[in-house]
Amino acid sequence: MFAGENGLQGDPRLKAISDAIRVVPHFPKPGIMFQDITTLLLDHKAFKDTVDIFVDRYRDMDISVVAGVEARGFLFGPSIALAIGAKFVPLRKPKKLPGEVISEKYVLEYGNDCLEMHVGDVNHGERAIIIDDLVATGGTLSAAITLLERVGAEVVECACVIGLPEFKGKCRLNGKPLYILVEPRQ
Amino acid sequence: MSAFRDQDPRIHGIQTKIRVVPDFPREGIMFQDITTLLLDPKAFKDTIDLFVERYKGENISVVAGIEARGFIFGPPIALAIGAKFVPLRKPKKLPGEVIKEEYVLEYGSDCLEMHVGAVSAGERALVVDDLIATGGTLRAAMNLLERAGAEVVECACVIELPDLKLFRSLIDSDSDYLDLAGS
Repeated sequence: MFAGENGLQGDPRLKAISDAIRVVPHFPKPGIMFQDITTLLLDHKAFKDTVDIFVDRYRDMDISVVAGVEARGFLFGPSIALAIGAKFVPLRKPKKLPGEVISEKYVLEYGNDCLEMHVGDVNHGERAIIIDDLVATGGTLSAAITLLERVGAEVVECACVIGLPEFKGKCRLNGKPLYILVEPRQ
Repeated sequence: MSAFRDQDPRIHGIQTKIRVVPDFPREGIMFQDITTLLLDPKAFKDTIDLFVERYKGENISVVAGIEARGFIFGPPIALAIGAKFVPLRKPKKLPGEVIKEEYVLEYGSDCLEMHVGAVSAGERALVVDDLIATGGTLRAAMNLLERAGAEVVECACVIELPDLKLFRSLIDSDSDYLDLAGS
């Protein structure tokens, strides 16, 4: 679901957040209109509003784990975790985490990739949210959901700053709800 | 300079949360793993608070964080002190026009990039990373910011390794570095 359809109708912060995102055409390949959130990070008020919207949503949901997908999930996740009193768990590309890990493969347009999480980071029964900057196909988020469920956590929601319009309404990913702030800019 | 080491009671709590992983990524390296610090909300918050207390009111408008672990500590500091956050990334990750700075590794070299236009001349900046070892990456980060005309006020790291061969070269520039917890 989109924040603007669900509780934040007409909230001016959402427009400011959208306006702060820069579109870079043909990156990383021709035809892709890349949604660049680095310009959002340069706008202190819009960046703070982004974090605050997620914090307001999750602070009373008894969430003890905020998992962030490397690397842009690291830009938003820790601030949310700190504000709601949860731990932050980085989900990383292979061979970055130094300790014992569990891995989950996922499919890319060409080939596969893999997401890893440290064993012991998350306990059975913990309530978790997953953060990334953008959801497109949902492949990476699906792998993240699977990692958390494999250790017995309950994934309450996936939260993204940007999401394709197909995720409007009650659309779910692996049965999990999504919460998205804005659509991609043209 | 380990400014807080013997003074603030929160430091000990932070230090005990960092996990050492032997022989990662190669034999002989005692890797300082901060992910265990992130699992302790109080210790993680104390880490950020210590930096925020130091830099709030210093008129810093830029917090630059080095990919990827600098992305974990930098944004909460930036948000708390009213600064913008600028990610410094490995090659080909930033989508817009970039400036690049090469730096030397033990074997070979690597490169750090920053978006053109992220930082304006005269801005006061902080560089944040989880750990300072040789200082090579931090030196590259400082160069990027200085090339854009910013003044690097300080480099802030959670951990300092004791064998700091480049200590002198960091101090010889006009910038200082600050760490919270020696290993």
